[in-house]
Amino acid sequence: MTTQSKSQPESLSDLFFSFSRLATQGFGGVLAYMERELVERKGWLTREEFLGEWAVARTMPGPAALNLSIMVGARYFGIRGALAAMGGMFMFPSILIILLGIGYAKFGENPHVIGALHGMGAVAAALFIATGLKLLTALKSNPMGLVLCGVISIVTFVGIALFHWSVIDTMFTLGGIGCVITYFKLKARQ
Amino acid sequence: MSTSYPIVMQFIDWFDLFRQFLYYSIVSISGPLVLLPEMRNFLVNEHHWLTDAQFSASIVLAQAAPGPNILFVALMGWNVGLNAGSVFAALGAGVLCLVGILLPSSTIVFVTAGWVQRNSQLIAVRAFKLGMGPVVIALLIASGWTLATANTSAAHDWPLWVVTAATTLIVWRTKIPMLWLLAVGGILGASGILSVA
Repeated sequence: MTTQSKSQPESLSDLFFSFSRLATQGFGGVLAYMERELVERKGWLTREEFLGEWAVARTMPGPAALNLSIMVGARYFGIRGALAAMGGMFMFPSILIILLGIGYAKFGENPHVIGALHGMGAVAAALFIATGLKLLTALKSNPMGLVLCGVISIVTFVGIALFHWSVIDTMFTLGGIGCVITYFKLKARQ
Repeated sequence: MSTSYPIVMQFIDWFDLFRQFLYYSIVSISGPLVLLPEMRNFLVNEHHWLTDAQFSASIVLAQAAPGPNILFVALMGWNVGLNAGSVFAALGAGVLCLVGILLPSSTIVFVTAGWVQRNSQLIAVRAFKLGMGPVVIALLIASGWTLATANTSAAHDWPLWVVTAATTLIVWRTKIPMLWLLAVGGILGASGILSVA
């Protein structure tokens, strides 16, 4: 089944600074940095565990990356851990955004600044796609099997990206089908 | 971001603003970005607390800044506060809106996460985590796709698409720090190479 990760955060400040670190780098969305920090660098979660936690975070109300930080913090240190992780996510970015706001008022119309933002936006989009591609490897151990996982992924992607289906409807319909199939596969294994 | 768009905020208005964001938090399944049209309607059209330009700038800036994108909500509050007259009000309103949009959803997530962890061996819990996998991965890739292609056209923006494709390969296959890639993207963009006339 899912492999267990070996290391875990040493302390609340370890949590706080890990989340600070990834959030302060996280241009255009922090998820790619979360995967790299929590899975590849710190090893607090295996890729399979990360995907499982992400599935919960993504289907709950609220910003998914922040939900994930709460879940990771709470897992080791309860409510103090959740607050430390959340604090880490906001502390430096909120200071930076005020400074950037002042700069944006002055230079927001500058064509070089607009160009730079477009270039960085193109990179940020790639970070999402690449993180998704990395997480695909976690499906290898999925009870549904690779073919079924592939079909669900492709239909979801095509529906959302090309046909602009409703995200919530798609997520709960196709995801729901996935959950039911997985449930019976797991049940049959027992 | 400073503009001359003076508004008057009574105590009851701050309360309304806070309550509205508490509501957005509860209904923000699949992320608060889907609520943007509702937020614009409330803040710009209905109450005239923000100009349309301030509303849009809040989103652009949060996307351009590092950190959780949800900070756009803090910026909306910040701008309402500035319009109401002071940097002090701006700071307070930024915190007010951010707390509003985070408090209910974070509480729900915290409670649910505890339950999920205590019951992680239940078949239903495992089935949920595993069964949602393919869909949430596809959603992630689709959001990257949408970010890369929104408001672009092949004729004008193919160099941006090349940057996205190349970066995807690099991040997927190597461990090159992502900040460097962002810096390269920014420099290429600033130089004007990426815009085809």
